Amino acid sequence: MAQTYSRMKFKTTSVKIFKFLCMIAVTFLGLLLITFLIGRVVPIDPVLAVVGDKASHEVYERARIAMGLDLPLWKQFLIYIGSVLRGDFGMSVLTAKPVLDDILRVFPATMELAFLATLFGVFVGIPLGVISAVKRGKFLDHVSRVVGLLGYSLPIFWLALLALMIFYAKFDLLPGPGRVDVFYEGLVEPVTGFMLIDSAMAGEWEIFRNALSHLVMPATLLGYYSMAYISRMTRSFMIEQLRQEYVLTARVKGVAEWKVIWGHAFGNCAIPLITVVALSFGSLLEGSVLTETIFAWPGLGLYLTKSLLNADMNAVLGSTIVVGSIFLGVNIFSDFLYKVFDPRARL
Amino acid sequence: MKKLYLLVIVLLLFSLQPVLASTPSNTLVMANSIDDIITLDPAEIFEFSGAEYAANTYDRLIGYDVDDVSKIFGVIAESWTISPDGKTYVFKIRKGITFASGNPLTAEDVVFSLQRVIKLDKSPAFILSQFGFTPENVAQTISKVDDYTVKVVVNKAYAPTFFLYCMTSTAGSVVDKKTVMAHEKDGDLGYGWLKTAYAGSGPFKLKAWKASESLILDRNDNYWGDKAKLKRVFIRHIPESSTQRLLLEKGDVDIARNLGPDDIKGLAGNKDIVIRKKAKGAVWYLGLNQKNKYLKIPQVRQALKYLIDYKGMEQTILNGKATVHQAFLPKGFLGALEETPFSLNVAKAKALLKEVGLENGFTVTMDTRNNEPTTSMAIAIQGTFAQAGIKLEIIPGEGKQTLTKYRARNHDIYIGRWGPDYMDPHTNADTFARNPDNSDNAKSKPLAWRNAWDIPEMTKKADAAVLERDTAKRAQMYLDLQREHQQVSPFVIMFQDIEILAERANVKGFILGPSFDSNFYQYVTK
Repeated sequence: MAQTYSRMKFKTTSVKIFKFLCMIAVTFLGLLLITFLIGRVVPIDPVLAVVGDKASHEVYERARIAMGLDLPLWKQFLIYIGSVLRGDFGMSVLTAKPVLDDILRVFPATMELAFLATLFGVFVGIPLGVISAVKRGKFLDHVSRVVGLLGYSLPIFWLALLALMIFYAKFDLLPGPGRVDVFYEGLVEPVTGFMLIDSAMAGEWEIFRNALSHLVMPATLLGYYSMAYISRMTRSFMIEQLRQEYVLTARVKGVAEWKVIWGHAFGNCAIPLITVVALSFGSLLEGSVLTETIFAWPGLGLYLTKSLLNADMNAVLGSTIVVGSIFLGVNIFSDFLYKVFDPRARL
Repeated sequence: MKKLYLLVIVLLLFSLQPVLASTPSNTLVMANSIDDIITLDPAEIFEFSGAEYAANTYDRLIGYDVDDVSKIFGVIAESWTISPDGKTYVFKIRKGITFASGNPLTAEDVVFSLQRVIKLDKSPAFILSQFGFTPENVAQTISKVDDYTVKVVVNKAYAPTFFLYCMTSTAGSVVDKKTVMAHEKDGDLGYGWLKTAYAGSGPFKLKAWKASESLILDRNDNYWGDKAKLKRVFIRHIPESSTQRLLLEKGDVDIARNLGPDDIKGLAGNKDIVIRKKAKGAVWYLGLNQKNKYLKIPQVRQALKYLIDYKGMEQTILNGKATVHQAFLPKGFLGALEETPFSLNVAKAKALLKEVGLENGFTVTMDTRNNEPTTSMAIAIQGTFAQAGIKLEIIPGEGKQTLTKYRARNHDIYIGRWGPDYMDPHTNADTFARNPDNSDNAKSKPLAWRNAWDIPEMTKKADAAVLERDTAKRAQMYLDLQREHQQVSPFVIMFQDIEILAERANVKGFILGPSFDSNFYQYVTK
């Protein structure tokens, strides 16, 4: 009896894993198919990006055939899928480099920014949310809600320019756009692509500090947005928990108020908050086009947008795979954390 | 809790080093929009930023005076002779030039470079192939006589300046044959490699190119002429005008290249910053598709030319970035027509429309790039058209998107900007006033074709002008051609571009030329 049970369990686990892998494969295929179709439907001629406006008819036709655009759509798609499975994302038209190289170059820039922004969002947003839930309806709650609302509704390019004007142009507290100052550019060999890690690895602490100072403004601004989201969610989760009877019981029992808030109530909020934080991190990883434009930050958002507007389909599809994987990854990871933290999800 | 956070933030701010407020003294730092660069191979470069890169890193056979384009001088070519029948050009190559690689530059390299353009047949190849060179005949037509002599045979007795100006364009850059061929793969003439690499002899050499990020050039210490004053030029891709302005004001860049009218105005009183202007060859125009039943009526075309507030737009929207110009040859070109017969005249336009029974106007669309100043110009034009009852619907789109539609002749009106490909008048005559075949699958598709303007007679006139070897007569032919074109064509030519550059006051010697491939960094000091 016991043996059968364990065999059954093994079977269900492998079925689960198989199903899971199928789901991932189907998701990716769907993602690629949709992106591919959109790329073909947009009224932009991809050959133009290669040959330019003034190319002669012959040059144009030759480029079109070389790009495989004379083939039927389904064939183009199959060829693409085939090369992706072989790990070949093709060449980007705009940079004249393999798409994979490009992504490896631009993604760390976005990742670095997103990571610090999320840190800011979590460490400011969560306390702010908790405080406003506890002081619900009081002055502090109003202030934090207004701050959050502003973060939600002010256009980021405006805030970014304002921040540059104040902290960079007027008071000289922080450096301007770019990942490092010009004279440090190109001094550190890009190993990981993360400026902070690379410079630390090379022992270039000057550059490390410079890169860090360049990160402060864009990371804080992006972080402000995720803070606004996180604090709102925290507030509503907390309000719900604080209404529960166990909180009342704890208070009646005479547990210290801070323990009730942070220990009992917040402990129960932590689980849904993981999803909130993970999703906000995930969306930051797509790259923020406007922030990247203003701060001349060579990240994924700029790369993807520019490729799309030039119908540089290899680059667009490659970036889509990356963004898709991130979201899948983030989802799987937060599911996993659920299982770790929430006994009910372990079933 | 809060205090702790405050403390952390304050500490963080203080731990950061104070910002250095100037650029390194041996480096020129420039904020520019360089995301148009898609290749570094001079046989393929056809973009503004790419052409500027090639101009500073490669040498061409011939150059021209940036202040007086009619003055042509030899660069790699020490001198040249033209045969009496006007078909054979013999160039004497300057001795003692070495490439940045250290290889000597000889006739071999010159022949290789020109043949390579024809054989690769990339976008700018037509600049050379219009002289009858083909991959099949190029071994005979472009040949080496001895180590320092090159002979070129063209297919017709063209005006000599036509050929010589074409040799001043990027496609005429000389590449280092040994270096390029060392990287050849599957008979690609080194194309796959040179797309992202460098093999030239110019005052600067390529240090690094990161697409849409930065372009770094180092002084070429092997340069044969006046060596560059600065050791390095660092061009950083900054797409945003206001960001460029902030960087310039702070002294974090020495030169800002893409400032909008508002930011230029904002810099006016600043003593640390100098604004410089130079008329460029590009012209702004409206293309009226002759497939449209209204736009094909001559009176309507004429009326539209009277419904543009040229002066008003020049002073407000463009504010120094362009000047009124109404003929297809920009000022500075041989035979450029500077007359501006059209101005905003609603009454006249209404009368013209009434003549053809359109006094109540009509509706027409205009494909418009969603960038500045194009959008603002479109809105201004919409306003003046409306005064005569013409309802203009603006269809905004991305650059490549509007262009795709334009090239397929699916537009009504297209608002565009056209830059010449080389400094000879034929470059614009070829596209604005020639249309050898107006059928849908024509081989050549100039702007006249895109607007479905069938002009066999005018095409002949343009063809005759390019064969006129007497310069004064040729200039007169272009003047006549433009006068006719100005009145009858479906092109409402409005403005000529002016490039505005803002530099820190200590920066001297940046040469701003009349075209995008004649901006030079060689003499810059700071």
